[in-house]
Amino acid sequence: MAGLITDPNMTDPDGFYEDLVSAHRGLSDAESAALNSRLVLLLANHVGDSSVLAAALEAAVNTGSATGR
Amino acid sequence: MPTAQVLDSHTYPHFDFRTPPELSGTEAARHEVVIVGGGPVGLAAALDLARRGRRCVVLNGADTVSVGSRAICWAKRSIEICDRLGFGDRIVEKGITWKDGRVFVGDENIYNFDLLPEQGHRFPAFVNLQQYYFEEFAVARVQNEPLIDLRWQSRVTGVAQDGDAVTLTVETPDGVYTLTADYVLAADGVRSAVRRALDLEFSGKVFEDRFLIADVKMKADFPTERWFWFDPPFNPGQSALLHRQADDVWRIDLQLGWDADPDEERKPENVIPRIRRMLGPDADFDLEWVSVYTFQCRRLEKFRHGRILFIGDSAHQVSPFGARGGNGGLQDADNLIWKLDLVMRGSAPESLLDSYDDERIFAGDENIANSTRSTDFITPKSPASKMLRDSVLALAKQYPFARRLVNSGRLSLPAVLSNSPLNTPDSAAFLGPMRPGAPCLDAPVTVADGSAGWLLRQLGDGFTLLGFGAAASALTEDGFAEAMRAGPVPVAILAVSDDPVALGDPDGLASERYDARDGALYLIRPDQHVAARWRTVDPAAILTALRRACGLADT
Ligand SMILES: Cc1cc2nc3c(=O)[nH]c(=O)nc-3n(C[C@H](O)[C@H](O)[C@H](O)COP(=O)(O)OP(=O)(O)OC[C@H]3O[C@@H](n4cnc5c(N)ncnc54)[C@H](O)[C@@H]3O)c2cc1C
Repeated sequence: MAGLITDPNMTDPDGFYEDLVSAHRGLSDAESAALNSRLVLLLANHVGDSSVLAAALEAAVNTGSATGR
Repeated sequence: MPTAQVLDSHTYPHFDFRTPPELSGTEAARHEVVIVGGGPVGLAAALDLARRGRRCVVLNGADTVSVGSRAICWAKRSIEICDRLGFGDRIVEKGITWKDGRVFVGDENIYNFDLLPEQGHRFPAFVNLQQYYFEEFAVARVQNEPLIDLRWQSRVTGVAQDGDAVTLTVETPDGVYTLTADYVLAADGVRSAVRRALDLEFSGKVFEDRFLIADVKMKADFPTERWFWFDPPFNPGQSALLHRQADDVWRIDLQLGWDADPDEERKPENVIPRIRRMLGPDADFDLEWVSVYTFQCRRLEKFRHGRILFIGDSAHQVSPFGARGGNGGLQDADNLIWKLDLVMRGSAPESLLDSYDDERIFAGDENIANSTRSTDFITPKSPASKMLRDSVLALAKQYPFARRLVNSGRLSLPAVLSNSPLNTPDSAAFLGPMRPGAPCLDAPVTVADGSAGWLLRQLGDGFTLLGFGAAASALTEDGFAEAMRAGPVPVAILAVSDDPVALGDPDGLASERYDARDGALYLIRPDQHVAARWRTVDPAAILTALRRACGLADT
């Protein structure tokens, strides 16, 4: 299986982003965090391959935050 | 250490102290092997030594078997080991056979598992039996074994070793004596006096949580399955476990949280309402034993310290989720004793004992990793970890993938010693699980007189060459047995084929499990792990593999 795809790959990036933001609308911080973790687990299962998941985890850990640390 | 109280107890046998030669003035021999501790692991080690014709002394500080709520789940591999030692059937007869488990979230059954979905094994995936019965059966075997000198009420308080002996100080009702041995096996449990005498670090993780462990006696019609709840209505926000043992005794584990007061929680007036909430208002039960535990996962850095070898809980400790403590410890004994015997015989170099370290530290780490993952799932250590755990549980109600992430204990399986220095790597292609380092799988066979038997029962206490098909016939050719005599140790020959003198494979399961399609030959260690396998029979290659498995690698 190929490695982690980091080039554009979504069929509708702006649409997905809008949906993601609106799914969080009105949620408390805790509810938002729970939503994100359910989403991560669903997507992780879809990806499946453990080396891709490890690469994604590493990329996320190493990116840090854009707005302060 | 939890304190506990007996309410309606099992009747424990009492074993008398008998004055040993060291105290009665008769000449005190130097002993070959002394085992400190008479729990499941020490007793198994003693019985294995006796099978190899070796004497040993077993020192047990107690005057009875294990008291209170301890091990209940004995894995298939453990029963196979006990079968070789002569008391496997007693465990199965007295115990409760099970293989299915259910996981509940709230009151909804979200996930079931079956630990032994295939037929054709002599023993079931698991048998539940109170640790005191396990030890009583082992003690009964030991008492029939003249080579074992089991000394009750004999507590080791001091240990000294030099290059060629270990000296132990032993406290008894009649006074203190010392005794000297070539080798000492420290099987003295999680608070090992031997480990403390050597001042060895025993480090790892404590899980900040408390569990109420209750054994209750009741007539109930719950099925013989392991039931585990996350967040049940009767213990909100916490977990619970229900499991059946012999004599209508049931094990109940209730997670209490770190803030619970252990002294309060184990009072019957607090325990009984908790259990009633779980079992329903009409349940008719008596408490047999109650304790409150905090669990840990830790191990020694090395299990071999010169002539002292640590086996069982003295070497490693795990949480009970996964039943890997006693089951792991029995594999320690199984792994060590044949090696020690070969070293003492002079058939193998003392460095073979280091392979015990290599192999059982690897296995110990696997048990600790599994147990730690389960405990981290049951007791999340941070808000983020709890968030992820709760998300898994929420998804598991609806989606099958998440059920696979729910971790209420990954039940003990024997370690596959894939990286052992004693293995010979494959030179031919094989399918299936029987790779070098793997524990042998059982299968039904027919023995020479045509009656039904089991493959593992045919393996003796030494090395075995197990041949299938064409490879089986080569084993009986002229000159083969003579060629094997050049090896460092005897090898038994076992053939599975259509030949009437060979073992028959009535259902084809042995051939299937060992991927014997065009003939196959396995070199099997005394502990029933695969050392090497081939498609064809080459005596020189076999002897090389045999030397390697005895720690005599030609480098
Ligand atoms: C609640 C609970 C549930 C468990 N469930 C399971 C399970 O389902 N399955 C499983 O496999 N494991 C389970 N375990 C773990 C299991 O009980 C241990 O792993 C097992 O008892 C280890 O056996 P051992 O022989 O190494 O040590 P122990 O059983 O602790 O035996 C130590 C022996 O050494 C003796 N001794 C101690 N100090 C001295 C001394 N100084 N001198 C002489 N003798 C001494 C003791 O009297 C005893 O005979 C559970 C444990 C707990 C607490």
